[in-house]
This record gives sequence, C-alpha cells and structure tokens, in this order.
Amino acid sequence: MPEGVSRIVEDLRLANLTKQFGETKAVDNLSITIPAGSFFALLGASGCGKTTTLRMVAGLEDPSAGQVFIGDKDITELRAFQRPVNTVFQSYALFPHLDIYENVAFGLRRRGVKDVDAQVGRMLELVELASLARRKPSQLSGGQQQRVAVARALINKPDVLLLDEPLGALDLKLRRQMQIELKRIQSEVGTTFVHVTHDQEEAMTMADTVAVMNAGRIEQLGHPADVYETPHTIFVANFLGQSNLIAGKKVTSGEIVEVAAFGLGFKMPASRNVAPGMNIVVGVRPEKITVLDLHDEDKLPAAHNRIFGVVTDVSYTGVSTQYLVETPWGQTIIAFEQNSIVGDRCAVGDQVVLGWAPEHTFGLDPAEGLTSGLDKAVVELESDPEA
Amino acid sequence: MRWIRQNVIGAIAILVLLYLFLPIAVVIIFSFNNPVGKYNLSWNEFSLDAWSQICGVPGVCSSFVTSIQIGLITTTFATILGTLIAFALVRYRFRGRSSTNLLIFMPMATPEIVMGSSLLALFLNLSFPLGAVTIMIAHIMFIISFVVVAVKARLQGMDPRLEEAARDLYASPYATFRYVTFPLVLPGIIGAALLGFSLSFDDFIISFFNAGTLVTFPIYIWGAAQRGIPPQVNALASLVFMSALLIVLSAQLVAWRKRRSLATR
Amino acid sequence: MAHVLPAVAVTPAIAEASKRKSRVAYFLLIPGLAWLAIFFVVPLVTLFMTSLQTESVTSPGKYVPGLQLSNYTDALAEYWPQFLRSFLYAGLATGFALLIAYPLAYFIAFKAGNWRSLMLVLVVAPSFASFLLRTYAWKTILADDGPVTSTLNSLHLLPDGRILNTGIAVVAGLTYNFLPFMVLPLYASLDKIDYRLIEAGNDLYGSPQQVFRKVTWPLSLPGVVAGTLLTFIPAAGDFINAELLGSTKDKMIGNVIQTNFIEFRDYPTASALSFALMTVILVMVLSYIRRSGTEDLV
Repeated sequence: MPEGVSRIVEDLRLANLTKQFGETKAVDNLSITIPAGSFFALLGASGCGKTTTLRMVAGLEDPSAGQVFIGDKDITELRAFQRPVNTVFQSYALFPHLDIYENVAFGLRRRGVKDVDAQVGRMLELVELASLARRKPSQLSGGQQQRVAVARALINKPDVLLLDEPLGALDLKLRRQMQIELKRIQSEVGTTFVHVTHDQEEAMTMADTVAVMNAGRIEQLGHPADVYETPHTIFVANFLGQSNLIAGKKVTSGEIVEVAAFGLGFKMPASRNVAPGMNIVVGVRPEKITVLDLHDEDKLPAAHNRIFGVVTDVSYTGVSTQYLVETPWGQTIIAFEQNSIVGDRCAVGDQVVLGWAPEHTFGLDPAEGLTSGLDKAVVELESDPEA
Repeated sequence: MRWIRQNVIGAIAILVLLYLFLPIAVVIIFSFNNPVGKYNLSWNEFSLDAWSQICGVPGVCSSFVTSIQIGLITTTFATILGTLIAFALVRYRFRGRSSTNLLIFMPMATPEIVMGSSLLALFLNLSFPLGAVTIMIAHIMFIISFVVVAVKARLQGMDPRLEEAARDLYASPYATFRYVTFPLVLPGIIGAALLGFSLSFDDFIISFFNAGTLVTFPIYIWGAAQRGIPPQVNALASLVFMSALLIVLSAQLVAWRKRRSLATR
Repeated sequence: MAHVLPAVAVTPAIAEASKRKSRVAYFLLIPGLAWLAIFFVVPLVTLFMTSLQTESVTSPGKYVPGLQLSNYTDALAEYWPQFLRSFLYAGLATGFALLIAYPLAYFIAFKAGNWRSLMLVLVVAPSFASFLLRTYAWKTILADDGPVTSTLNSLHLLPDGRILNTGIAVVAGLTYNFLPFMVLPLYASLDKIDYRLIEAGNDLYGSPQQVFRKVTWPLSLPGVVAGTLLTFIPAAGDFINAELLGSTKDKMIGNVIQTNFIEFRDYPTASALSFALMTVILVMVLSYIRRSGTEDLV
C-alpha cells in the first residue's frame, strides 16, 4: 500500500463463507456485504461463530468453503500478513517485550515504511498516548492498552479493521468511555470497522449496522433501532433486549392482523408480522407496556392491546420500575415503567391491566420455540416449579 | 498455643532450609582451614592459603577448567537440540508424538548409573576411546530432556494470539519468529541453558563411567576424597556457589524491582 | 523472568489453529531425537547384549557375544542384599524427604508472601555447590566426635554409638542430596491450588486436619508423585553416599555396578545388574504412575 495516497475504501464481502470444525459448522454459508466506511457489529452469544468469521476475514483461519472479497479482489487465498486487514485482538495481544512505540510501529517496520517516526507520533496523538511511548504494555492500564491495540492496527491504514471483543476486559465505566472513543476514531479515519461482541448494548450504541448471529448463521441484520423494534425471529426478540411472547392464532388478515390467544385479541399492523402461517407469536418489549390499576382501565386508549393480571413483583431500579405480572393462564409478563409518574405505583397483589399500542406489537413465527435465544440455565430455573 | 500453631510450618520451613545449607557452610568454612594431615575433616586453624594459592595443588585448576569447557560445549549443543524438539512438540502436529514424549521422558526416569554404564558398554564394544568427547556425548544426551521440558513450558505459556497479531501486522513467518516468538521464548532458553550447564558441570556418575583418564572437577574430588581433599577444592566450590547465587539473586532483584515499579504506577 | 501475559482463556480452537502440520516438524525433531536414539536407546540395547555375554574359552578375561542368562541369576544370587538395600535406603530417603519437603513447599506456596521467590532460590542454591563436596561435608558434620553424634549419643539414640559409616548416614545423605527434587514439584502443584479452596474447606466446618486430608493433599498429589519419583530414582542408583558416608556393610547396588564395571571389568555381571536395576525401576515407576492416576505426567 503506497503511503500518502488516499485509497478508495471498498466494501468487504463474504460469499458463502463456511467453517467446519469436525462435525459442527461454526460458520454456516454466510453471505453478507459490509459497506465501506461503516461501523458493523456482529452480535451473538459465545460459540455462535462470530469470532471464527472474524478470524477468517483476518486470514488467521482457513475457510472450509466460500470466499472473502474486498471490493472485487478475492483475498481468500492471501495469508494473514498479506491482507489489507488488521485486528484488535481480544485482550489486545500487545507484544510484552516491546514498548508502546515499537508495538505501534511493528506493522510499518514489517512493510519497510519510511517515515515510521512521524506516523507513530501522529497515531499516538490520535489515541492520546504520546507521553507513554516508551512504556512497556504491562505498565499501562487496561484502557490504555486497549488504545495501543487500536493504534497498532489503525496505523497500517487497513481497508477493514476487525475488533474482537475489544472492550471485554474493561470495567463498565471504562467500557462506556471507550465506546465513545472508538466511535470518534472511526469517524475520524473513515475505515470500515467490524466489531465482534456479545454485549448487545455495546453493539447498539456503536454500530450503524448490527448483525445478530446464531449457530453460524445471521438471524437478522439492520440498523440497531430497526432490529430492536422489529425483531424477525424469536431468537432476536429474546437475545437482543427482552420480549414478552404470547403464542396465538391468526383471526383476521389484511391491513391489521388480529391474533387470538387465551381469550384475548391482539392487533398489529400487517407489516410487523413475519409469521407465514396461522400460528403467530405476539411479542412486545417491556418498556412499551403501560401498567395501570384495574380501576383505571378506561385511561388506556381504546385501540391498545391489553392483558389483565396480578402484580407478583415490583423492583425499583432507579431510572425505571420493573413489574412482573402474572396472567390468568400463568405466564409472567415483564413491564418497565419510567419513574416519571406522580403518585402511587402499583404494588404486589394489585389487579392490573397492561396496555400497549398495536404499532409496538410484532408477530413472529413460532417454529423455533418460545425460549430460543434465552439463557438455557435461566429457562431451566424458571420452568422448575421447585425453584 | 495459637502462636505456635500458626508458626509451626514456618519454623519447620526455616529448619529445613538450614538443613539444606548446613553442608554448604561446612564447605565454605573449611576452605579457610589449615588442615592437620591430609584430611580436611576437622578444624585446625584459620588460614587464607587455599584462597591465596587457589591453584596451589596440582590438578585442581586444570580439572576445574576442563569441567567448564565441557559444560559450555555440552550446553550449547543440548540447548539447540532440545529447543528444536520443544518447538516441534508445541508448534506442530506430527505422527509419533507420544513416542517422542516417551523418548524424552525416559532419560529423566533412568538412574544415572544405568545411563553411564550403558554408554560405557557401547563405547567399549565399539572400542571408542574414552575422554572429553565421550563425556560430552553423554552429557548432551541426558541434558536434552531437561532443555525440552524447560523450553516447552515457556512456549506453552505463550499466548498464541501474540504470533497471530504479528502475522496480522504484516510479519512473514520468518519475521514473526525473529521479532516475536524468539524474543519471548529466549528467557526460557537461557534458563534451560543455565540449568544444563550446572547439570553438566556437577555431573559425576555418568562422567566417571565415560571419562577414561580425563579428570573433570567432580572426578578430581572423587579421587581426592580417598587421599584427602585439599582446601583449595573447597575454595573453588565456594567460589562457584557464591557466583551462581549472586547471578540468580541479582536476576531476582531486577525482576522484583520491575514488579515494584509497576505496582507503584 | 516471566513476562506478564494477560490472563486469557486460549480456546482449543485457537491453540490448534496455531499448530501446523508440516514436514518442518521432523527437521526440528530429527537431530535431537537421533542423538537420544543413538546415545540412549542403542546403549541400553548394548547393555542388554553385554549382560548376556559369555567369557571367552580361548582367552579368559575377554567376553564374547552369547546368551548367558545365568549372568542374571548369578549376579542376583550374589548381590541381592545390595539390591534390596538400595530400594530400602532409597525408599526411606524418599519418605523422609517428603516428610520435610512438604511443610517447606507448603510454606513457600501459601505463607511466604514476598519471600517466595527468594526462598525458591534458597532451595535450589545448594545444588550450585558440588554434589560430592556437600556429601563429603556430612563426614565432618556427622563425625564421631562431632556435636551431632555426641548429642544423640548422650540421649542414647544411636544403636552403634555412631552415625558415620552406618546406614543412617547413607539415608541421611540421600535424603539431603535429593531434597530439592522433592520440594520443587511439590511447590509447583501446591502453588496451582487456589487458596480459596482451602478457605472454603475451613469455612465448611473442616478442621485443619480434615481440610488437609480432603482438600490440600489430594490436590497436591501430582507434585507428590513427581517429587517421589525424582527423589527415588536417583537415590536408588546412587553410589556416592554409600561410598563416602557408609561402611562396607552399607553398599548399594550402584557401588556393585561401579566396582564390577570399572575395577573388576566383569562387564556381563555389571551390565546384568544395571539392566535389572533399570527394569525394576521402570516397572515400579509405571505401576506407581498408573495407580496414582497421574499418567498425564509423562
């Protein structure tokens, strides 16, 4: 790569990418295009194949099938050190025997670049570490090490920067700070960032496109708000944030779809229903639900969907209050309420009505089962009556 | 009672350390003895003769130098051969891994007298002349295993992501080895070499079988034990002990200083 | 010397990916393994063949290839006391070493704090002084008119009235010489124990003895196995301690092999004894490792 020439940044394209470890398919026929200059997050639980995908893009893992393209160039056969791709490794993998300066200069030196000194200086300025250039990595805090790892990769002006759980080792406060920092750096350099994480909040805060990955495949891909507001699978509804899901049957089609379940009717716009058949799972996010005392039911807009039940738990969490409400058919509905209301909140044992707008309702295909995307241990605990 | 219970282990630990150092104290103290008769076994009077004329007894210093020479050559070869094996074991997949492991484990599980006598049997059958070469062959053989174990441990403790990071940062396989792998494994290799040297320098049993007429430092001491060990031997051994201790302690001090400077930041 | 590496769980997938199948491996292995094959395995075969040689009829004192199995029976018939004594002394020394090494290793692993690395240096340091000279120094320490012997004598604890030139001195010397080989593996496995496990044991109403028996001891077993092997094997083959500290009644099998090989030049007998020693030790080691369930030690 010639220096000082502004390159046209190109799209990263994965075509039918597959990785098989023995019997299991870690990555299953993955095809996506990541637009140049975007901040792309691959979100999924551990073992979903997101890190393997990243390693195949980096050239650290050979795909079993499929190709990796940058622009029109097939880089599948290139070795890791020949690819215009750099990685920020999980736990950073900073060279412990080299100081910060030499860590950052490593890639430039290997490529025989001339003005190492000026470039390293500029890069350390960008990540605000110029004063620590001669320290060893072990003498730096976690946040500083993280910035060195970013600088060490970015200085090579890669077409794509891969970030493998880059903030996983940091504490919560520092993580927030680094999220903003990384976004700033990305908008400054304009490189395509592909960010692998299991932290949904991190993915949603930072990325312009989120891809939720499960069992080697991408479940849903889109703008974070779209994916959150309109999940297309039960997995996404449960994995990305929380959802209340109620299985029912379609009664009417058309502009507005109505679903009957447990003697109640739920409406939603047809555009928000992705279930192909008569069986539909009705879903709603907890923060969309209004919790009202049964006597105040008339305060709900007439068009709202509603469920009746008894409050079994109230937890005050500062910003909001979380209610657990048991329905007559024994399901527990979770609802968040902003702590902005004046007057009394509902208490445990109260008869309440839960209401939400049809526009906040979504319809899903029940085929994968209502617990898909939930933590297995939690599911078992909750289904065990003794617990 | 409570105090005794809490400190009994510490007290035993210190007693055991004292036990370990008791003979060392004797060796050092008797280097300042002016023995009556040939045997330097009981205290007579203080003297600096052994130190001022450390080579004063014929054969002592030449055997000492012989041992150092053998140790250096042996260590060089054993370290190279053992390091190569360690790399193969940790970094590559190959057929015959378990037999390789067995072949490396066996010399450590075999009494020295068996290794010494079997090599002697080989050299006798081949009518191979005994001397420095046979000793070095023997030393390299039994030291390789120790080097493999030490370097292997170091390699296994290395995060494979460091080498991946190097490859990711445009380092060719050669450059990855040259700038990342080797510098990181080097402390392990140096440690293995120091261990190998001390094993070679102090080896008696295997050397004794394969020395022929060559006299190493331990062989000199063995011979002298029958007719009285001159205090010069004590002086030389004390010298070796103290310089080795000094090297190790200063290395420890450097590491400790480094840790402390980290902790205060 | 250790670099501070970030504590990360290296997934097997990554560890495997970093391993490449390649012919390079054989180039790395061949020089060293060839050396071990030629100068360790071949000599053992030679030793075995020598142990079956017969004395030449035409020129007595020379030995020719043969299949003289009686070399073994004759040698064992003559030297079985030394054989048994070797294993007895080595076993006693290993037991004593374990007994005194365990508290030391335990102290270094759990109680030494900042003194830990210094204490480890002190455990290794005696090896920097000549093995022979240290053993010889015990002659001074245990001398008949020395303080140790006279103290024990005044307590009437010594059957022979002396230590030097008795089996006690030989066992003491063996215990001393191989003690670091016991301490280091013990320390290594104790150091790996999460001290919170011991605290949890205490918290769950275990008395100190119970916690030791049920938690500490089982977790330190790999170190115990490694340490006892590293002590027992060299002790069983040693002849220096018996030569310098014992009398002619305390000779071990090492002394017999040594004198037969180097002084009497009775190569078949010496080889037979040497080979028998190795076989016995090997069988003991393998069954010991198998029984203690620590095969991955190898």
